[in-house]
Amino acid sequence: MVYGAARALPGTGIQITTNPDTEPFWEAAKEHRLTACQCGNCGHFRMPPTAYCPECQSTEKKWPTLPGTGTLFSYAICTKDPKTGEPYVYVPVVVDLDGAPGTRLVSNLTGIDADDVKIGMKLTVDWNPIEGDWVLPVFRPGA
Amino acid sequence: MTWVNQDKCAIVGVGATDYYVRGKSWPRTINDMAGDAILKACADAGISVKQIDGFAYYSTAGAGYLDKFDTASLMETLGIPNVSFSATLTSGGGGCAGAPGLAVAGLMNEDCKYVVTVMALQQLPQHRLGVVFGASAPNAENSFLQPSGLVGPGHLMSVLARRHMHLYGTTRDAFKEIVQATRANTHNRPKAIRKNPLTDEEYWNSPMLADPLCRLDFCLETDGAVAVITTTTERAKDCKQPPALIHAVAHGGSREWGRAFAWMGMPDPDFASSGHEFVANRLWEQTGLTAKDMDVALLYDHFSAMVLMQLEDYGFCKKGEGNDYVLGGNIRYDGPGKKGGGVPVNTHGGNLNECYIIGMTHVVEAVEQVRGTAINQVENAELALATGGPASLPVSGLILRRA
Ligand SMILES: [Zn+2]
Repeated sequence: MVYGAARALPGTGIQITTNPDTEPFWEAAKEHRLTACQCGNCGHFRMPPTAYCPECQSTEKKWPTLPGTGTLFSYAICTKDPKTGEPYVYVPVVVDLDGAPGTRLVSNLTGIDADDVKIGMKLTVDWNPIEGDWVLPVFRPGA
Repeated sequence: MTWVNQDKCAIVGVGATDYYVRGKSWPRTINDMAGDAILKACADAGISVKQIDGFAYYSTAGAGYLDKFDTASLMETLGIPNVSFSATLTSGGGGCAGAPGLAVAGLMNEDCKYVVTVMALQQLPQHRLGVVFGASAPNAENSFLQPSGLVGPGHLMSVLARRHMHLYGTTRDAFKEIVQATRANTHNRPKAIRKNPLTDEEYWNSPMLADPLCRLDFCLETDGAVAVITTTTERAKDCKQPPALIHAVAHGGSREWGRAFAWMGMPDPDFASSGHEFVANRLWEQTGLTAKDMDVALLYDHFSAMVLMQLEDYGFCKKGEGNDYVLGGNIRYDGPGKKGGGVPVNTHGGNLNECYIIGMTHVVEAVEQVRGTAINQVENAELALATGGPASLPVSGLILRRA
């Protein structure tokens, strides 16, 4: 199978919403700063951000700036634009985030042929504008 | 510790509509189909629908996730005079095997006498399950998933399958064998959607929907309804059919699986699993049995890879050995498994081949196997396992025993 170049899904048409627990993540992304929700009491990381720390039940949160790198944990290869059904090769990835143990982002991978993607690859964050002036973290190969 | 309610309740009636390819059931309505299944289940049990006084649902009483069941409407529509138990397992299709267990809770608490569990499914063009995650409105939580383009359950499951392949060397040949082995069980089933034997060529030519899973690894999208009636074993003596005793039943799961593939935060090895280990262990603790004691296994097969992972989680084989177990012919209805320690899986063809009513056909097949009336009857079947999920918790499992 030869899929060819992996592309991120077009930002036009991608919508997100936020709540008070998640909004700091997305505000940081607007500044091209990758963060994750960290407990202000015990330091445990959790993503997606939620009201309570599952370890100590604290609601205190910190939003440290992460290195913006990670490791590819798993992925799929898809070939149709979900909005239009047109041919479109994209690679949804699950990424273990450096600097925030136990947390993952689910995103797209670009800058590589889909055929060459490997679990364990080092990845670096990129930023894609989406609807509503929000910015979505996506990833490319490299550390 | 033997479960306190072991064999004290039984499934005494099953009923189903025809099975339709997605969208072909219209102009029947969802309540028409649900009512049809319930009335047929009552007839099978030899009771009047007016004797129904309990409802035990799953999938949050969602009809195919898209519509909602409503006890009040079903009572009114079918002329049920009183209801004294109405409850649902939370989450999705993972609850199908556990819903009769919810019925047991109502029956053993003496809330009710005859409980119906029903699922009806009708996919309209604007409401396809296959793209349900992509089509739902953005919210704060799914905003961390939806933008990736993992639009449906199968897309999410493909990522789990990939991790399993990475950790254990699992191959697509094993997924093919799961689809082919269960397809081989539908050629003689009048209501099955897919009946032709599946060739290697057809499988390998099936379009990749989310690599590593192709279209034939995805379950069918169908319309229809299925209902079962549960009552006490004591009352079952007055019913028409031999009772299928509820020998063990459990629902739930561990936090490591939790929101599962709607979240992707599961640590290894839970990520590359079906999330069923907790429920499996409870079933074995309730009974003192093991997977090897089952005569037939009706494993929820929304996606082929998830059958393999359930075989591991229930202990039919060891973790990481599902590939070789499946390829050894151990899940075949007429395979070496009969003597080699394997167990026939999805003798009805399952969600992949017969039809997809969100797991209820697995419960029906388990009932028919222990009654001794299944189309693909396993000789002397005494114990049948049915499962619900993998999905966000709770998932569930059910062991039925021949009376
Ligand atoms: Zn904490």
